[in-house]
Amino acid sequence: MKEELIIAGFGGQGVLSMGKIIAYSGIMEDKEVTWMPSYGPEMRGGTANVTVIISDKRISSPILRWCDTAIVLNQQSMDKFEPMVRKGGLLLYDPNGITRHPVRKDIKVCSIEAADLSNRMEMSKAFNMVVLGAYLKMKPILERHNVIQGLKKSLPERYHDLIPMNEKAIELGMKEVKEVI
Amino acid sequence: MAEKLLKKGNEAIALAAIRYGADGYFGYPITPQSEVMETLMEEMPWETTGMVVLQAESETSSINMLYGGACCGKKVMTSSSSPGISLMCEGISYMAGAELPCLVVDVIRGGPGLGTIQPAQGDYFQAVKGGGHGDYKIIVLAPASVQEMYDFVGLGFDLAFKYRNPVMILSDGAIGQMMEKVELRDPVRRLTDKEITEKYGHWATVGKPASRKGNIISSLSLAASEMEAINLRLQAKYQKMRENEVRFEKTMCDNAEYLLVAFGSSARICEGTLEIARSKGIRMGLLRPITLFPYPETAIREMLPQLKGIMSVELNAGQMVEDVRLAVNGAVPVEFYGRMGGSIFSPEEVFEAFAKKFNL
Repeated sequence: MKEELIIAGFGGQGVLSMGKIIAYSGIMEDKEVTWMPSYGPEMRGGTANVTVIISDKRISSPILRWCDTAIVLNQQSMDKFEPMVRKGGLLLYDPNGITRHPVRKDIKVCSIEAADLSNRMEMSKAFNMVVLGAYLKMKPILERHNVIQGLKKSLPERYHDLIPMNEKAIELGMKEVKEVI
Repeated sequence: MAEKLLKKGNEAIALAAIRYGADGYFGYPITPQSEVMETLMEEMPWETTGMVVLQAESETSSINMLYGGACCGKKVMTSSSSPGISLMCEGISYMAGAELPCLVVDVIRGGPGLGTIQPAQGDYFQAVKGGGHGDYKIIVLAPASVQEMYDFVGLGFDLAFKYRNPVMILSDGAIGQMMEKVELRDPVRRLTDKEITEKYGHWATVGKPASRKGNIISSLSLAASEMEAINLRLQAKYQKMRENEVRFEKTMCDNAEYLLVAFGSSARICEGTLEIARSKGIRMGLLRPITLFPYPETAIREMLPQLKGIMSVELNAGQMVEDVRLAVNGAVPVEFYGRMGGSIFSPEEVFEAFAKKFNL
């Protein structure tokens, strides 16, 4: 098993922490993981992205030209990462704020209205967990209980009372993700 | 089984320092390595092991704090990134001249000048060929994973005290910022002052007993004959490092016809290039120098009979390739591929450069 994933969006959307939760969940399953942020000027506003690799075997390059999955949360990231998805791979995006929708026909394209849904449910802070749920539904590479463990490991203890809400958000994402035809 | 954590390379450095019984960290913040001091401050080791963590007013100041701590036989370290290391080079030369142990971590960013905060390997020459003035050498360790960032702290301190010499961990923004699984090793406690006096009292300035003359630590010796004798002693020490401390890793080298040579983050990327080459039936291997000084020149030379060509792959304009060429001495073609200024290559890009250079 090897999953090469890029998550990209605006700074503040929880892109890096979503990647961290996925990586920690991988450790819970005793897999090899790398988490490589774009930490450059992006961190000071603008777009942010992170590359996460989860594998049964030792991971070679943390730098990718192609990825199995791209999770895209703004237009700039769509332009940059849609072409990077491997043929047959997955592109998951939130249509909120997207002006040019994906055009590729050789990959699977899914959408999750995470911004809308999380706002409506009054848990906008768990936006990225809705996206995570959608991803795990389409790519069930990690056991549910390990993801919750990963979540616990990534969150400082003072936020652990928020875990039930995050679980609910993950469930919501799993339920609401749609394949785009 | 030890607990496995998900940590950045920079965080691993800090955790390792505390758990390896370091006595003091003195540094000044700079991207992309600020997490080293941030993690130390969060961990507050002064309340547990008694380790001192201090933000100095500049890099020049922090390296001279290392000089002072090392004189007292303490396990001291600093970390910085390229421009900060440039400021420290005077102090590193003084410490090499005075034969003082210390650990310096350089998380390279793109240069020259203030450059960029993105990863690069443009300071190979600075680390390996000098940086400061005079005929000195420091042992340079190049980690290629977060686990190695952790492990090389202990190794670095051991080597620093074994040779009474500065040791550098030469990393870059990619390894420093990347998170991977890291296994914490069993803790080693700090030495007591009594233990330091027993172990290092013959050279360290730990208080003069009536039974011997005082220890004087200095890199100054005005008489040419004395200074030459000191230089000869230092050179003999560096020769011992060359004989005993060369470290490297070979991947798929047994039947290789072509060899990539790369260190640190470049070596990780080249592992991906190997997979591509092998899938196309090209017998490619990778030699990853772990010590950049002393350099694994013999390991490269021993492979020459089986090789058709070598490519050195670096995030710079071609620095380590000079050492590869010295080792090879014209026996096979040595090519170079690199990117600069914070740009990083993908495994595919390295393969394409390789195929072009060797007409494959």
